[in-house]
Amino acid sequence: MSDPATKRPRVGLFATCLVDMFRPSVGMAAARLIEYADCEVVVPHAQTCCGQPAYNSGDRADAKALALQTIAAFEGCDYVVAPSGSCAGMLKAHYPRLMDEGSDDHARASAFAARVHELVSFLVDVRGLSDVPGAFSGTVTYHDSCSGLRELTIKSQPRTLLKSIPGLELKEMDDCEICCGFGGAFSVKFPDISNAMVEKKTANIAAADADIILAGDLGCLMNMAGKLSRQESKIACRHVAEILAGELDDPPIASSDDKR
Amino acid sequence: MQPTSHDFKSNARTALADRQLQEALSGIPGGLVAQRRAARDRLPEFDDLRDYGRDLRNHALQHLDIYLERYEQAVTEAGGHVHWASTGGDACAAILRICQGAGAQLVTKGKSMVSEEIGLNANLEKAGLEVVETDLGEYILQIRHETPSHIIAPAIHLTQGQVEADFRREHSQLPKDRRLIDPAELVDEARQILREKFLNADVGITGANFLIAETGSSIIVTNEGNGDLTQSLAKVHIVITSVDKVVPTFNDAAALLRLLARSATGQEITSYTTFSTGPRRAGDPDGPEQYHVILLDNGRSELLGTEFREVLRCIRCGACMNHCPVYNAVGGHAYGWVYPGPIGAVLNPGMIGIKEAGNLPNASTFCGRCESVCPMHIPLPKLMRHWREREFLEGETPFVTRLALKSWATLARQPWAYHALSRLMSRAMKFASGRHGAFTWMPFASGWTGGRNFPAPQGKTFQELWAAREKQAARTGRTQ
Ligand code: SF4
Repeated sequence: MSDPATKRPRVGLFATCLVDMFRPSVGMAAARLIEYADCEVVVPHAQTCCGQPAYNSGDRADAKALALQTIAAFEGCDYVVAPSGSCAGMLKAHYPRLMDEGSDDHARASAFAARVHELVSFLVDVRGLSDVPGAFSGTVTYHDSCSGLRELTIKSQPRTLLKSIPGLELKEMDDCEICCGFGGAFSVKFPDISNAMVEKKTANIAAADADIILAGDLGCLMNMAGKLSRQESKIACRHVAEILAGELDDPPIASSDDKR
Repeated sequence: MQPTSHDFKSNARTALADRQLQEALSGIPGGLVAQRRAARDRLPEFDDLRDYGRDLRNHALQHLDIYLERYEQAVTEAGGHVHWASTGGDACAAILRICQGAGAQLVTKGKSMVSEEIGLNANLEKAGLEVVETDLGEYILQIRHETPSHIIAPAIHLTQGQVEADFRREHSQLPKDRRLIDPAELVDEARQILREKFLNADVGITGANFLIAETGSSIIVTNEGNGDLTQSLAKVHIVITSVDKVVPTFNDAAALLRLLARSATGQEITSYTTFSTGPRRAGDPDGPEQYHVILLDNGRSELLGTEFREVLRCIRCGACMNHCPVYNAVGGHAYGWVYPGPIGAVLNPGMIGIKEAGNLPNASTFCGRCESVCPMHIPLPKLMRHWREREFLEGETPFVTRLALKSWATLARQPWAYHALSRLMSRAMKFASGRHGAFTWMPFASGWTGGRNFPAPQGKTFQELWAAREKQAARTGRTQ
């Protein structure tokens, strides 16, 4: 468990499959923030995906197998932290539901769930962080991703940390709590509806007139960034961890390498 | 009504391209949604009341058999009749028998979603009866030959301009300069026509929002008072409703009414709340000579012992659809059957089959806004997921989806292979995107790229970056 020499808690970083493959800089930013909150970070190699694609498609058996694999991968961690409300919600709220009540697996999943946190709520609620290493001067607006907001009640935490950055101005947009239309497989299965939803979202983003749109979930961010990029918008799209950690070397999501 | 839920995707496409519909739907956030929020904010104990309502409905449903029996007994004691109908066909047949027994020709009707569920109007009309809808929204739909697109605001898919045009077309006596802008003016105009119907009706049919076991009463709430005229002026009053509506006591119903009005329209209480208990008694100034209640099951009792039982708590307030971004995008008709929105996505598969309605529980991002506003705390996303599970188990999930899912799951269960492939994909996609940062077209994701670009990966995976960092740390002797 925690490092006996330093007494720092050991945090297993669940990177999420999207961050792992599409935007590893978010994972690096998350690690930096967790370390800044005086924790040790480990990244188990045996993690892959939280299992939502299976779970939300009605394939309980595969979802359960992936849940057990993830739980095993993070054995020995004091906390398990994910830079995503949706994946953290899966680990925390849904893993126990996948197991038969009263079974050993259920007990394991419940004990595991108690250690799981979404990144920003972990920093604020568990570690009591009130400042961050990041520096940024400009305006941002924030989209509250659905699972983080409604399953994990993440609302004030990112705002608290953002406002601690000198020079950063948070401009709230209308309907920041309404779904962007991503919904995982939904975006491919019902592309027309998904597109109509993200169109409303980007209209609100544009109206907020900020330099950057931030959110805590890469799925939503890829959706919003994809739309903004199609609309040739100048607004940059980043994961909130990137700003908080000051990891701004990579170009924004869906932006060309020239736009650093 | 012939379901078209299997065509949900093309229904949705049509709806998205329908300018007038989109204009009508754009009024929902500033209308019903804002009104509910204001009503909730005015009542500090709103959330406590929700918990109370949930527990109350759970209790009633756990003892449904007892309360239904008690209810039937009370109705009978008050001089009314209860007719049990296990299917829509049974319910229609019972209603037709009563109408024919009364020698009826003209039937007036208050708003009732259950009557839509059983296709009542078509059934009665086939038997030669004239059926007139008396709720303003339903009246508009009847002259347009349309079905409701919302469970409490049936004509919410229409713009004010469309309604005005309908009235001018149908009510040919209307002077051209007569204003028809506000709902109140429309109600007035409809009343001109409806007054005569109310007076001449032989049978009045209403729904019921709740049934009270202790008194045998049925309750309807309206804002136009049409329900009162429908049920008290005709010789025969028929209540068509379903078995899940029964609550133990008068007080229970009162608590639920407080939640219903606020959740539905943001009102403290609807303009009219009408209680009916049996037919007219000697000495009553008015009321029907006969009072009948048709209690429809239509699969509801089968849900009781299942993972879907929580849906039976529904009090049909419509808040879930008002707050649903999918409903707000496509409107109610796209759902292709009586109940639209999140509640429809959970109810309809049980009524018309998962084969027909499978699209509906899938057409959700699980954003959870419906559950967060549902006065009965019904976990709608969870119940939609249960339908997806049934669909998967019964082999109704499309083959391509199944195949993709299975191959992905097999891979995800082998971390080494998974990470190797992720590395490869990340590199290949980064390479293919050049310096653009996003794809304007992608194979297998043309739906996505039809309306937006697909962001390109950064080129390395997080596992790679992390391994490199660890190696570096080991080399420099830094400990974590
Ligand atoms: S499911 Fe809940 S929100 Fe939807 S109509 Fe029923 S009671 Fe209202």
